[in-house]
Amino acid sequence: MRIRTYLPLVAALAIAAACGGSPDPEQPVPQAGVDSAAIRRARQDSIDAENRRRAEEDARRAEADRLAREAADRAAAVRNDLTAMINFDYNEANVRSEDQGNLDRKAAIMQANPTLRIRISGHADERGSDEYNLALGNRRAAAAKRYLTNKGIDGARIDVISFGEERPIAAGTDEGAYAQNRRDEFEAIAGGDNLVAPQ
Amino acid sequence: MQRSAAILFLLALGAVPAAAQDNRAQDAIRIGVTYRPGTRPGLVVLPGPGLDSVRAIVRRDLDYSDQFQIIETGSGAGTGAVNYQYYRTQFGADHAVELVAAGGGVTVRLHDLAAGRVRNQATVSLPAGDGGDFRMAVHRLSDEIVRWAAGTEGYAASRLLFLSGNRLYRVDSDGAGVSPVTPAGEKALSNAWAPDGRRIAYTRFEAGRGTVVVLDLSSGSSFVAPGTQTDLNFSPAFSPDGRMIAYARAEETGATNIFTADVSQRCCVQRLTVRGFADNLSPTFSPDGRRVAYVSSRAGPPQIYVMSVDGTDQELLAPFDFGVTGPSFAPEWSPDGASVVFHREVSRSPQIFILDVASGRVRQLTSVGRNEDATWAPDGRHVAFVSDRSGRRQVWIVDTETGRVRQLSTPGDARLPSWSRRMGGTAVSNP
Repeated sequence: MRIRTYLPLVAALAIAAACGGSPDPEQPVPQAGVDSAAIRRARQDSIDAENRRRAEEDARRAEADRLAREAADRAAAVRNDLTAMINFDYNEANVRSEDQGNLDRKAAIMQANPTLRIRISGHADERGSDEYNLALGNRRAAAAKRYLTNKGIDGARIDVISFGEERPIAAGTDEGAYAQNRRDEFEAIAGGDNLVAPQ
Repeated sequence: MQRSAAILFLLALGAVPAAAQDNRAQDAIRIGVTYRPGTRPGLVVLPGPGLDSVRAIVRRDLDYSDQFQIIETGSGAGTGAVNYQYYRTQFGADHAVELVAAGGGVTVRLHDLAAGRVRNQATVSLPAGDGGDFRMAVHRLSDEIVRWAAGTEGYAASRLLFLSGNRLYRVDSDGAGVSPVTPAGEKALSNAWAPDGRRIAYTRFEAGRGTVVVLDLSSGSSFVAPGTQTDLNFSPAFSPDGRMIAYARAEETGATNIFTADVSQRCCVQRLTVRGFADNLSPTFSPDGRRVAYVSSRAGPPQIYVMSVDGTDQELLAPFDFGVTGPSFAPEWSPDGASVVFHREVSRSPQIFILDVASGRVRQLTSVGRNEDATWAPDGRHVAFVSDRSGRRQVWIVDTETGRVRQLSTPGDARLPSWSRRMGGTAVSNP
């Protein structure tokens, strides 16, 4: 913003200097001892220089923007990987094979970010008793924790809690809704800012 | 009429396949329930001048007892001496209940119409106003009438807890006097009455963790039950002597186990179930206090098991066919110890079942809608449960002998009901 407002002023000064204060720079009045071609060249050089400077500045800005965007994308991707839910089969608390990659990425993130601590909350669909679903949610959260500790993550960095069926994310009493509600959620509770992407 | 025809048909058939019975039972008649129309004695509640509200409560209580056929006599009945002949021949009544204002209370007389005499009578004082104490005193009167006329204990003088939104509420057995018992802004879950009807225990749920709180309803004082400060503790149940609670504790390892703690000395946490990979929860004491029934997933799908109160002798309680019978949950031992009510999934929908402990036989009590989390009335005959049959989760009450169902009116959605034992208080004097 500072550069943008400054540029026209610089250009105007350069032109004014080149024209020697002439009121009409397009039709310079020839003067004795002054090479009008040299004046024009100086003026053009000044404009070219300014244009180059502007182009370089734009390129620098674009590069900085790109780097910032890429860093933000990488951080978002890391964060998405960290918080991506996993789902469970009915009345089951085993990590499904299709969710192992998901948990492997979380393990890598935790390895790359040693101060990161997470909380895993287990959830159940509304089938089964309200009480049993608290136990089932706890079992599901603990299953994900066990998977991560088996990958070498310190268990002290992982809290497990259960919401049972108290926090459904999908309404309805069909299998589609139930399948979404049978899940583990993951959140950073410490060291979750400026996450480093795993190598 | 259609219903009674269907009932007679079912009676004639005896054991009817569940599917066939379901087809004929679309308005909430339960499988395994035998209707016995016409066998209940007829009862008239006579108009009691100046006692309209007392009469209304007594009449409703006696109706809800499912022990009598309540007979309406219209406005024709006069006051003065009870005309035995008139009520017996014109209305087919067996009993007449007479209420007479007596000072600050009421004199109640039970007339035996066939014998032509007063069978029982008592005078009780009633608290002023129309608040909870007044209603409970009238409910106790109703229970006394049930005892006189039917020889069994009623359940009118009792209350239920239920969860609506995040709060626990209590309500009289007839649906009156709904009031919150847990603070706003707190999330409560599973709950239980102490046998004294004065204390309750409930799960205070916060951010995925739960403590078991013991709350004195009369003083408002509360404390966290021993051993439940950390992790997720839930499904409390009081021992019959009120000194101990059993509860489930979901631990970091993933397993859930049952513990007991002394809530009178506030000490002595003891684990009953073995640490392993199974979930053990929803304990319920036998009325003699010697056994605990509970849910366990030790065999895979959760089913109903039983153990001694010290954790030994764990064994299956409600039989099931592996791979066939649906998972079973939320047992509660009946006040007489003979039965355990629980819910079990049938075609992916929970239904209420009653287990006969001695024989190991189970019978299905509900078939309409999703029905779960049953709790016994103090009479050991009625059961309250949660059903979505009306379109939203509400508490319903079923008479397990006749199958008669009524909705316990509750505001909004309701779940996790717990029924108290009989509420103590001034005994009915019998001069």
